[in-house]
This record gives sequence, structure tokens and C-alpha cells, in this order.
Amino acid sequence: MDLIVQRRIKQVIKGDQNAFGEIVELYKDKVYQICFRMLWDRHEAEDAAQETFLKAFLNIHTYNQSKKFSTWLYRIATNLCIDKIRKKKPDYHLDEEIAGTEGLNMYSHLASGGQLPEEEVESLEVQASIHEAILMLPEKYRSVIVLKYIEELPLQEIADILELPLGTVKTRVHRGREALRKHLRHL
Amino acid sequence: MTSCPKQIVHYMHEYLDGDIREEAKQELRFHIETCTDCKKHFAELKKTIALVQSASHIEAPAGFTAKVMALLPREGKKIGMERWFRNHPFLTAAALFLLFMSGGFASLFSQEDNHFAFTKNSELKVENETVIVPAGTKIEEDLFVKNGNIRIEGSVEGDVTVINGERFMASAGNVTGEIKEIDQLFGRIWYEMKSLFQ
Repeated sequence: MDLIVQRRIKQVIKGDQNAFGEIVELYKDKVYQICFRMLWDRHEAEDAAQETFLKAFLNIHTYNQSKKFSTWLYRIATNLCIDKIRKKKPDYHLDEEIAGTEGLNMYSHLASGGQLPEEEVESLEVQASIHEAILMLPEKYRSVIVLKYIEELPLQEIADILELPLGTVKTRVHRGREALRKHLRHL
Repeated sequence: MTSCPKQIVHYMHEYLDGDIREEAKQELRFHIETCTDCKKHFAELKKTIALVQSASHIEAPAGFTAKVMALLPREGKKIGMERWFRNHPFLTAAALFLLFMSGGFASLFSQEDNHFAFTKNSELKVENETVIVPAGTKIEEDLFVKNGNIRIEGSVEGDVTVINGERFMASAGNVTGEIKEIDQLFGRIWYEMKSLFQ
């Protein structure tokens, strides 16, 4: 797969957009997932994912072809999401969660839209709590947790994506896990 | 748990990262067996991870790639052509073949046929690449002139063919056979091919 990607990237650098379409097909789910778990909003996640690919296309000449393409692409995605989180930070006060309509909002935020059978409601509630817990993490912990446990990437790759020392990534994973534990241990 | 050694929680995380020394692992295992608080803490961490990992995996919305493609700046014409060549290798090969072949033909003719040549006949006179059939002479064969002109003042009992040249007839001149002037590449190719099959 890496070989195909490298070949497509060479074509993209020459200006071939169809080759870029194949790259988008290969990575769209991963990138969308990172954006969705970081932002927890389908529309914002779609915008962020599209922006990620547009940025990747426009800056493809800055990609170092001796390195892993996914690392470079995910870096664009996480940086974009972190920017977006910082911009809309005032929306994320903890007391907002107490509001009685919150449950409804959570369902409407979930990726799997449409009508769901009764027996799935409970697992939906669990899913909502997980999302909520991830969303409550400060963005520096959220990005490492999403990359480690949603994308299931090795720590070294996360360090490469976020351009942080491996030790810093480990510390953030540890603190992120502890913060999540506090929110999720009662489930 | 407040009385537990500080490094125990750190060992738990090292264990969860799959990055723990053997002695530390033993120490952690031993401690967890004896300390319920730490055992609970460790179980909660593992449960947390399982929960986060169970978060349903999601896919990009339908039509995502098309939307991204629509955002990209328009590509140049050159790329469109390159892609066409890549997608139609047979036609490209055929086109290249024709190109080289016609190039070959052209060079064949231009290399071999630039010099002045004509049918040898003792009655003919030559002045500045013009073959003259003198007045009063009668030539009883076909005449052929390449890259030169012909001026006919006498009579020719046969065909006259001029390639890349001009034919001048004096009023007294007379040709009994066919007169042909060929001065274009494809006319010449056609002529050569016709003579090949005759």
C-alpha cells in the first residue's frame, strides 16, 4: 500500500488530481474519524476533514517522501482540529452538560443517524458517555488519546504526528487515561 | 492507596503502554494482589481503555471524495493529456509508431534525394541543373529528372517525369508519352509505392 501511495503522490506533485482522488479514498475514513473524535460534531468534522485534504493537496511539495504519508496527513488533521477547538473554546464549559436536553443532543451528535431499535439505546448511552469523556479532555490529551485508542497508532508514530518527544506523548497518554478513568469508572 | 509507593500508578501506565521492565512488572503484580485500592484503580484504567476502544468506528460521509475534489484548484491541460496517454497505451503506441515511421520516410527521402539526377542519354544537354532536350533531337526513351528542371525543345518519344523540379516546353517541343510533375512529399511516396508494385 505504501508503494501505491508513494506513486500516487509523485503523480499528484506533477499536478494529477485523479491520483489525489485515490489518496482521499484511502484515507478519508481515518481522517474523518480523527476529526470527529476531536470535534464531536459531524458537520464540523466533515469540514475539518475536507480542509485537511485540501491543505494536503496544496502543500504536497512540503511532504518529505522518505517519511510515512499518513503521519504527515494526520498531523495536518490534528493541528486543524486543535486550532478549531481553541477557537471555539468558550462553548465547552463543563456546566453546559448539566442541562436537561443534553441527552437529546448527544443522540443527535452520534455518527450513526436515523431511527435505532430500543435495545441499542443503552449502548448509545454508553457511547454518549465515552464521547463526553473524550470531549472533556483538554485538547493536548484528547489528541493523543484519539490517536492511541481510536486510530490505534503506536506511541512513536503519535510523537511523529504531533512533533513531540516520545516522553511527552507518554506523559499525556498517562494523564489522559487518568482523566478518562475519572469520568468512565462508574459506567 | 495514599500509602502505596508512588511508582505503582506509573508502572500501571507503563504496563498499559506495553513498555515495562520485568522487575517493575513483578512489583506491580505483587502489589496489586495485596492492595485492593490499586487493584481497583488498575481495573478501572483497563475498563476505560476498553470503553474508549469500543467507541463505534465511523466512516466519512457519502460523497466525501467528490466534495474534496470539487474544492481543488483546476488542473492544467498538460496533465489531462498525460493521463489520456496513460489510459490509452495502445493508441499512444500506435501514434508513436506512425510518428517514427513517417519521420523515417521523410529522412529517407531527404537524405537520398537531394541531389540532381536524370536519365543518362548522350543527346541530352545540361545547364545549371536543367536538362535540355535540344531542338531537332529525338529521344526514344522515357525521361526522368529528379531535383532539377527539364526544358524540352526537341521531341521525346516516351514519358517525362519530373520530381522536385519544373518542366518547360518550347513551342516546337513535343512529348508523345505522359508528362508528370511530382513535387510534394506524399505525391512522391505515392509515386514510389506505385512503382514498387508495378
